[in-house]
Amino acid sequence: MAKRVAIVGTGQTFHKSHRPDVNGQELINEAVLRALQDADLKMKDIDAIVIGNMDHFEGINYVDCWSVDGSGGTMKPIIKLTTGGTTGCTVAIGGYHLVGSGMFDRVLIIGWEKNSESDTTGAITTAFDPIWDRLVFAGAISGLAAEAQAYMARYGASDRDGARVSVRDRKHAMNNPHAQLRKEVSLEEVLASPMLADPIHLLDVCPRTDGACAVIMASEDVAEKICPKPDWIWGTAARHSYSYLGDADYGRLTSMREGSQELWKKAGIKEPRKELDVVEMYQPYSFGGLIWIEDMGLVGPGEAPQYIWDGNTDMSGELPINPSGGVISCNPIGATGLIRCAEAAMQVMGKAEGRQVPDVNFAFSSGFGGCWWTDMILHGKNKPK
Amino acid sequence: MVEKEHIIIESGDAVQPFAYSVGMHGSRFFAEIRDNKRFLGVKCPRCGKVYIPPRGVCGDCFVEMKEWVEVGPKGVIGTFTILRYAFIDPETGAQKPVPYGYGFIRFDGADTLFQHYINIEDETKIRVGARVEPVFARERKGSIRDIEYFKVID
Repeated sequence: MAKRVAIVGTGQTFHKSHRPDVNGQELINEAVLRALQDADLKMKDIDAIVIGNMDHFEGINYVDCWSVDGSGGTMKPIIKLTTGGTTGCTVAIGGYHLVGSGMFDRVLIIGWEKNSESDTTGAITTAFDPIWDRLVFAGAISGLAAEAQAYMARYGASDRDGARVSVRDRKHAMNNPHAQLRKEVSLEEVLASPMLADPIHLLDVCPRTDGACAVIMASEDVAEKICPKPDWIWGTAARHSYSYLGDADYGRLTSMREGSQELWKKAGIKEPRKELDVVEMYQPYSFGGLIWIEDMGLVGPGEAPQYIWDGNTDMSGELPINPSGGVISCNPIGATGLIRCAEAAMQVMGKAEGRQVPDVNFAFSSGFGGCWWTDMILHGKNKPK
Repeated sequence: MVEKEHIIIESGDAVQPFAYSVGMHGSRFFAEIRDNKRFLGVKCPRCGKVYIPPRGVCGDCFVEMKEWVEVGPKGVIGTFTILRYAFIDPETGAQKPVPYGYGFIRFDGADTLFQHYINIEDETKIRVGARVEPVFARERKGSIRDIEYFKVID
């Protein structure tokens, strides 16, 4: 029988560019122990585990098998889900399905990555078609740059508009002790940083990070006994829109548009900009903070730059986006989508400490993959009907 | 300073034995470029969308496509970037020569974009909407490299 599902605990590492002091399973263990502590549960209370990362970053497959000492998965049902950049959000959606099915009451969800252990751009490129994509594709930044060029040409936006988003996220990271990069930058510093792929400057994009995150979900039968004010999952959505990179509608993220419309419909949300209280988006570069909030329906096409410049998405604004500092400040790729989920849950549960947005009813978190696929979750304070 | 010791995994002189199938549609596409310097797409019988690269199924409509249509060879830059950062090409294990123009070309008559190099000798000409044409390799073998690059003709 279908059950309503809530997040009752979260944990994450203090993310860094390099964690040579720990191996994969030790890194995973740090996040798992913090999540268990947050929920005041023991490993014996966990009924099943969902884990994931992007295997080819480390060149080690089957994390579901080799990490069991660290994940707590010894002699428990454990399954791996891996969907590229969206992995962290996908594992959360997988956990939601397991608990929602009624077959498991308490599920531990883990996302992790040690990006320091190999070459990120090379590994990402091998996720794309060897015949049609790989001749010119150069990892995520190249595809994102093409999206930004198309958006700028279509709507007249500028690189200053993008830089403003980066300034926001990097400022927000100052409030998050878990973020890797905690240094404020000015608009001028973003624009003066090296050009990686036109129009993306170094300070427009995310770093490479080592980190792990764990989230515990529970069914409505036990959730409020574990946590008096849990974070209820109102809905999830996942969309893929193409086979080859040239198939996408550059300048628009159609997977975000269609997935978010599904979420708003499920929850009866008519004006997401007014009804959402906080957004934690997998936004690995600054221009995504413009384009994708239009596809979410927060503002109309071409309206994001003005909305951002007016401060609406800053911490004190109408709808704070990425209070954690977001992906631009920290990107352990297989964990990143789950960190967004955990951060949104912490906002709903009132546990976000120095980055807490007051009185959160609805929160949105997302995962973004490869180029152009999107997974997402709607979180709420109240139990869904 | 602690000296770091790296574990290096390398293939030496051995090749990596990947053998990818191009598929029926890709094979015809590349044969046509090699023999006739023509670009062929396929058209969806339901929505009318013309796909480059050609393929057997329209994902939106989930119907088989059988109608071949010639597109290009001229087109416009749908979008682009200029790659300026150094990175290792996983296809070769060597650093990719940068900078280079990465183009998403919309052939005349096509609805999707074709990825290839754009000549960036004059960067001021590289913009969304600029008209381009392909420059073919002298010796063509039936691969994506039968086109050397696209150049702006505005």
